[in-house]
Amino acid sequence: MPEDVSALQLVLTADPALGAIVRVSLVVSVSAVFFAALIGLPLGAWVALIRFPGRGAVIVALNALMGLPPVVVGLAVYLLLSRSGPLGRWGLLFTSQAMIIAQTILIAPIIAALARQTIEDLWVEYRDELAAMDVGAVGRVITLVWDARFSLVTALLAGFGRAAAEVGAVIIVGGNIDGFTRTMTTAIALETSKGDLQLAIGLGMVLIAIVVAVNAAAWGVRRAGEHLAG
Amino acid sequence: MRAPVSELPIVFDDTSVLAGSVTILDRITLTLAPGAPTVLIGPNGAGKTTLLRLAMGLIQPTRGRVTWGGRSQVALTHRAIVFQRPVMLRRGAAGNIRYALATAGLARSKRDARVDELLALVGLAGLGARPARKLSGGEQQRLALARALARDPQVLLLDEPTASLDPAATNAVEDVIRAVTGRGIKVVMATHDLGEAKRLAGEIVLLHRGRVIESGSAAAFFSAPTTNEAGRFLAGELLM
Repeated sequence: MPEDVSALQLVLTADPALGAIVRVSLVVSVSAVFFAALIGLPLGAWVALIRFPGRGAVIVALNALMGLPPVVVGLAVYLLLSRSGPLGRWGLLFTSQAMIIAQTILIAPIIAALARQTIEDLWVEYRDELAAMDVGAVGRVITLVWDARFSLVTALLAGFGRAAAEVGAVIIVGGNIDGFTRTMTTAIALETSKGDLQLAIGLGMVLIAIVVAVNAAAWGVRRAGEHLAG
Repeated sequence: MRAPVSELPIVFDDTSVLAGSVTILDRITLTLAPGAPTVLIGPNGAGKTTLLRLAMGLIQPTRGRVTWGGRSQVALTHRAIVFQRPVMLRRGAAGNIRYALATAGLARSKRDARVDELLALVGLAGLGARPARKLSGGEQQRLALARALARDPQVLLLDEPTASLDPAATNAVEDVIRAVTGRGIKVVMATHDLGEAKRLAGEIVLLHRGRVIESGSAAAFFSAPTTNEAGRFLAGELLM
């Protein structure tokens, strides 16, 4: 198919426009995963280890938030950051930072919910041993997060997958501005609507390749880590 | 021999443990004194594991009280326990011991030497880098012993440490227990194996349905049990 060949050439010749879009996408997605991990991992560990009134409701809420509609998050962040919004003076609307904020809100619950399950499962195994070694609450969290680190990679991957594939929130708060806030997903949507299928297909190929490569690398790291750590 | 221990004697004073309406331990009055190993024997469900957890301070009695060296609130610093199915942390054999040393507060600079010493004590020298979960059952049991000893305990509680091990692995674990006893550490262990109890025990406690049926020196227990239940248990009859 001629369109496929053109798309492939676009990728193979490292088209500058395509490169800029890929760069913005990666910066936004990886940053969002980083910040969501900073929030989600301790939150997941806390919910896994601490018994408190309403814990069941928090778990249900975390699990439900995994299905948070991106456009709703985009709208909420838009209202917060818009000129008349409470955070409008920050001037972040239609910037990469706004996209990172929206994606962080989207994927932090995913990472927290998956981390909670992983850490709680390990806690069931470790509870007696750590109690016998008189390990305090902070030490337990650190130990469990560290020992579950290879399993937690799955939670981070789920977050990255959601961020990389997401279009609704970033197009609302980023504005899809060429060279600044245009990501692979928003560009695919735009180019498809314009009928420029070569670029859309090329971007789709790159997006899939990145997701596969990240997952393959994470799988390799996890296998190696489990082999070494047991 | 080490200095006189402060954790001993461990005294159970009319101690009961209930789980809901089920009585796990029923008015236990018992003293675990310094000296040769005390071995807890009895059928499944007799309360051996619960008694060990109580001695460790991991659970609270429903009634009565437990004291360690005359005190009722003592930190876990000088007690250690090896569970029947010890869980290896997801790190190497040496890493498991190093973790226990860290929790015990040993200075970082002294940990490597202590790890080597403990691995040698339990016959695992050279296996420090091996992932703990990939060791054999017997090796994991010995590593669990080393990890418990890393806390420099005065009392070591062992819950069926040789259950499901083959004779060679059992012998290796028993050698470690003798070595530990020789260092002045009080060993309190539960076992189903009467032969093992004969080989290791200085004192026997026979439990049945949460009660102490008979306790005293191992020699006297095995030669002339004083209760009907003890006689039947030694004769190999099932205590129901």
